Amino acid sequence: MIIKQISIFMENSAGRLADITELLADAKINLRAISVADTADFGILRMVADKPDEAVTLLKNAGFTARETDVIAVEVPDKPGALARIMGLFRDQGIDIEYLYASLEHKVNKAVIVVKVADVATGLRVLKDHGPNTAPSL
Amino acid sequence: MPIWNKEIECASHESRRKLQLERLQKTVERVYARVPFYRNKLEGAGVTPDTIASLKDIAKIPFTTKDELRQTYPYGLLACDRSELVEIHTSSGTTGTPVVGAYTEADIDMWSDVMARTLSMAGCTKDDTVQNGYGYGLFTGGLGVHYGARRIGANILPISSGNTRRQLKVMRDFGATLLTCTPSYSLFLAEAAHEEGIDFRELPLKAGCFGAEPWSENMRVEIESKLDISAHDIYGLTELIGPGVAAECEHKNGQHFNEDCFYPEIIDPHTGEVLPDGEKGELVITALRREGTPLLRYRTRDITYLMRDTCACGRTSVRIHRLLGRTDDMMIIRGVNCFPSQIENVLMRIEGTQPHYQIVIDRGATHLDEIEIQVEVEEAVFSDVTRAMEQLRQRIRNELKSELGIMANIKLVEPRTIARSEGKAQRIIDRRTI
Repeated sequence: MIIKQISIFMENSAGRLADITELLADAKINLRAISVADTADFGILRMVADKPDEAVTLLKNAGFTARETDVIAVEVPDKPGALARIMGLFRDQGIDIEYLYASLEHKVNKAVIVVKVADVATGLRVLKDHGPNTAPSL
Repeated sequence: MPIWNKEIECASHESRRKLQLERLQKTVERVYARVPFYRNKLEGAGVTPDTIASLKDIAKIPFTTKDELRQTYPYGLLACDRSELVEIHTSSGTTGTPVVGAYTEADIDMWSDVMARTLSMAGCTKDDTVQNGYGYGLFTGGLGVHYGARRIGANILPISSGNTRRQLKVMRDFGATLLTCTPSYSLFLAEAAHEEGIDFRELPLKAGCFGAEPWSENMRVEIESKLDISAHDIYGLTELIGPGVAAECEHKNGQHFNEDCFYPEIIDPHTGEVLPDGEKGELVITALRREGTPLLRYRTRDITYLMRDTCACGRTSVRIHRLLGRTDDMMIIRGVNCFPSQIENVLMRIEGTQPHYQIVIDRGATHLDEIEIQVEVEEAVFSDVTRAMEQLRQRIRNELKSELGIMANIKLVEPRTIARSEGKAQRIIDRRTI
């Protein structure tokens, strides 16, 4: 399914992650997935929260550049080759993956990964047409 | 040290003032008769050529500003027939519409003379070999030095700017004795020479004329020790002629103003009132011998003061102190003039909103000016994809380079990280020690 990811621009400076996570903690917002992409100068924090709209408003009010981004959550069996099958599917359909990361979701014998492709709707259709379940909720 | 034009440079005050008045009257007559822009301006102030009966009357003439130069681009200030022109120079044009200097044969002749004076102050004679590392082209630096060295009869290496390896090779192979380039580039050359194992003490290089960007006494000490030469500050601007307006003799106590050709005044930049000698203010210059584009009371926006005491070199001309600053926020980055507003325009076009940014200028390990532009990342340009953010950075860098000719390091920063004072951000942090 398509879910809302929160993307936040961060400078590479000490304590930024602590500032952000504390802010969310104080508002009782729970994180379901999190990933940081970093370059020499800056980083992009990506996360999935249980209350995305509220989280974005909170972050913006605190002065962060934050936005909601559509991403795909895919449920994959927790066994060798499961992710490879999905990646192969995207490759065969000519869909470039911009980034992906695993979620904190824990289910019996299942993992949930978050995938960002340029055209999320097409990505989702490919997954639906070719088999694997996309995570029903995250 | 040689004095190129003793008669003029060492003239008595009375004879110089007489010459200045004659030339001022001629120039006012010239522009009044030939330049509609000046005719209107002078008439508006109730000034006709007859008004100028003494040098003091110059204060009755209204100022000319850089904005007016832009409004009259390209030929609006021409005071001669187009057929009399032999050369055009312009400012880099990075600060908007370029500023134009148009030269007749007589202008080039005068330029050659004042540049011969300039180079002579650094000890240049016909026996010298001048490595001219100023850019040749529309920029006045390259050809200005070239004409002066030609007039002296020195041997010129017209290498122009850049290509450090080749500069060093030419300097060594042809035995350059004088170097002309920007002061920061001279230090860059020194570093490069050191890396290549070249020892300046073993080269015949003895002096250098450095200008086109601000530099300090500390930098002079560094240049003189690293290149084992005598380093001389030179001053000029495209609007008046290019280099050749003022230069330092061997005593390096202010720059001798070629006041038989360019009449200096210091004014209070707020009131426009002429200030007495020794008081700091904005330098205003009137061209006394130009034919192509003579300017009256041009506001340079450079801050300095006049030094009227006698110099031990024997020249009697007034001197200006090393520049103390600007009345506007113009920055000079590696000899290129630019304003924060231009950087802002580029950012605005890319971001689509009023950008929050800060410009940090420093001289790094290379001694060359380094500019970092910190840009706050607004939501409109923020992407969750790292590559897109890198592309944004690259795009800002490329557009600044193609439009302003400056290579800036772009740093993307979080919103509100740039300090606002009274709601307004401090745009420029200049860490260069000047």
